[in-house]
Amino acid sequence: MDLFTHKTAISALLGKIKSLTRSRSSPIRVMEVCGTHTMTVHRYGLKTLLRESGVDMISGPGCPVCITPNEYHEAAIRLVTEREGLILATFGDMTRVPTRTGALQTAVPAPRSAVRVVYSPEESLTLAGKEAGKDVVFFGTGFETTIPSIALMARKARQAGLRNYAVLAALWTIPPPLRAVLESGEVRLSGFLYPGHVSAIIGTAPYEFVAREFGLPGAVAGFEPADILLAILSILEQIEDGRPRVANAYGRVVRPEGNPAARAVMDDILEPADAHWRGLGRIPRSGLILKPDYAGVDAVRKYGLDLAAGSEDLPGCRCGEVLRGVAAPPECRHFAKTCSPDSPRGPCMVSYEGACFVHFKYRDVGYG
Amino acid sequence: MDKVSLELGSGGRTMRDFIARTIVPVLGNPRLRKLLDASHIPGGFAFTTDSYVVDPIFFPGGDIGTLAVNGTANDLVVSGAVPRFISLALILEEGLEWAALEKIIHSIRRAAKRAGVEVATGDTKVVRRGQGDKIYINTSGIGRVIAKPNAAAARLGDRIILTGTLGEHSLAVLLARGDFGLEAKVRSDCAALTFLLPLWKKGAIWMRDITRGGLATILSEMAAETPFPLVIDEEAIPLSKAVRAAAGLLGIDPLYLACEGRAVLLVREKDAARVLAALRKHPLGRRSAVIGRLDDSVGRPGELILRTTAGGLRLLEPLTSELLPRIC
Repeated sequence: MDLFTHKTAISALLGKIKSLTRSRSSPIRVMEVCGTHTMTVHRYGLKTLLRESGVDMISGPGCPVCITPNEYHEAAIRLVTEREGLILATFGDMTRVPTRTGALQTAVPAPRSAVRVVYSPEESLTLAGKEAGKDVVFFGTGFETTIPSIALMARKARQAGLRNYAVLAALWTIPPPLRAVLESGEVRLSGFLYPGHVSAIIGTAPYEFVAREFGLPGAVAGFEPADILLAILSILEQIEDGRPRVANAYGRVVRPEGNPAARAVMDDILEPADAHWRGLGRIPRSGLILKPDYAGVDAVRKYGLDLAAGSEDLPGCRCGEVLRGVAAPPECRHFAKTCSPDSPRGPCMVSYEGACFVHFKYRDVGYG
Repeated sequence: MDKVSLELGSGGRTMRDFIARTIVPVLGNPRLRKLLDASHIPGGFAFTTDSYVVDPIFFPGGDIGTLAVNGTANDLVVSGAVPRFISLALILEEGLEWAALEKIIHSIRRAAKRAGVEVATGDTKVVRRGQGDKIYINTSGIGRVIAKPNAAAARLGDRIILTGTLGEHSLAVLLARGDFGLEAKVRSDCAALTFLLPLWKKGAIWMRDITRGGLATILSEMAAETPFPLVIDEEAIPLSKAVRAAAGLLGIDPLYLACEGRAVLLVREKDAARVLAALRKHPLGRRSAVIGRLDDSVGRPGELILRTTAGGLRLLEPLTSELLPRIC
């Protein structure tokens, strides 16, 4: 993999990018949809190198912890604080998302209840086997990459007849918010970097509307620095040719048709539903919920959760704007002052893929 | 925060803030205020203490006993002192297996011998089942001072040398816990750093062992004291294949992982080659490398800057709140 991170390869690619942007009066603006891309861009100091080469990178909505609105987090908090003998299992960063009713990490659970951090969905299922006298709820969030593994838990629990297990599913699909970002017209973009792992599942076809209806180039990108630069190069070539399309610059992992087996699992267990995204609002058919067959392992139905009962973001938090690409993290007056990973005001400063966290952790030299 | 959280013990900024706000104002004296790993005390001695709560108590490459000796000895070494005597305080949970306890005591004997320290005094307490977790150990150490570390005396061009690969200890402990369901042959790097002692006379002006917070945190603290920006070259940082792979899989940055047998040294430019050669001759220093220098061509004084493998530059921040509790 060193070939993809090495500076000789990187500077050659940057040189090519520069030669294509040289004649342009303003930098091209590329949105990296995926939080892991945001991380690579900053982790390797590519942000500055790209800016010097005529490319501005804008972070997008691709962080599942970030786009899960506070309704879900508050429902999870209510579950574990109001119900006795309930274990709420979730990923570590989900426990730190601040809401107006606190965070899971600091919530005081009801008697015999607890919040447990797990590293994989499987772990939550094992927990349900071990804690027979308690209810276990797995609060799982993810995009198409992780959705199949979360959905499988619902299937396994139902097959095993585990009556004490349920999934609180905060599951999101990537293409609909791209349409929402484009239709809002709030942010000027020259192209999209499509997420590599999500594309490995859904393939390239679901993005085609971007080129067809909005005339915008894009490329599926991997997660090493050279992967990202190759995808940007493809976007620049599409601009040059005047022929926007969905290029696949991550051919060593992503097949154009994606992974039909994983999609079959999803289709079998889940169905699309309108969903509410932090910052982007309600987007038609952008979320996935458990099918009625799985009502027994669906925490929303099992506990009658009201996902509309949540409240707003914390005052002054601009996570929503960051997720739409309208604001960059350093533009927020709280950034690195009254909002930091130690005391976050919003999920974008909590998640390791959150744009604010990444900007905070990997600060550019002589900037911010 | 009205109750103590695990974050407090992470070795990151939260812990430093706690010490600065809660300990120093009440107990502060000129010596404590320096917040060093070991304090130089009258009579030419250095004095340190450390507690060990690692979970699990046995892990590939060591156990809580080896840690308790080496960790305390290493604090003395990097403070410019030859470790001489340690105390040993055991806090045992009712029900701890006798065999486990004996095994740990023998580890302590072997580690003490290797580190050249004598267990000079001790204490044993037992708490009820559930009021502790198997065994906790505290050791204090006294050493004879042979050098006064001083990062503020750094000059432009002085080099940073790392004595080996990063992160094996953290990874070995994490994998031994089985949290990740991953298997890899990783052994903790836990070892006594006494082999570094001669380097105090060969050009080293400052040293730190890389424990909680990892290389990035320790160098940020150093950078804050030096008069020039400190630039680290990511490509030069030695990493084992296992740590590289696990870090990629788990999304952990090796620059923030704790070691128990690695150190960074600040060395005069003219002495760097000689110190490096001496380090590489020792089995524990074979993968030593010059990883950075004090450089005023970029950034501002006080900053720690990473030149990434891709050739980009970014600031390296100290660990804030990532949570890997009970690693040592």
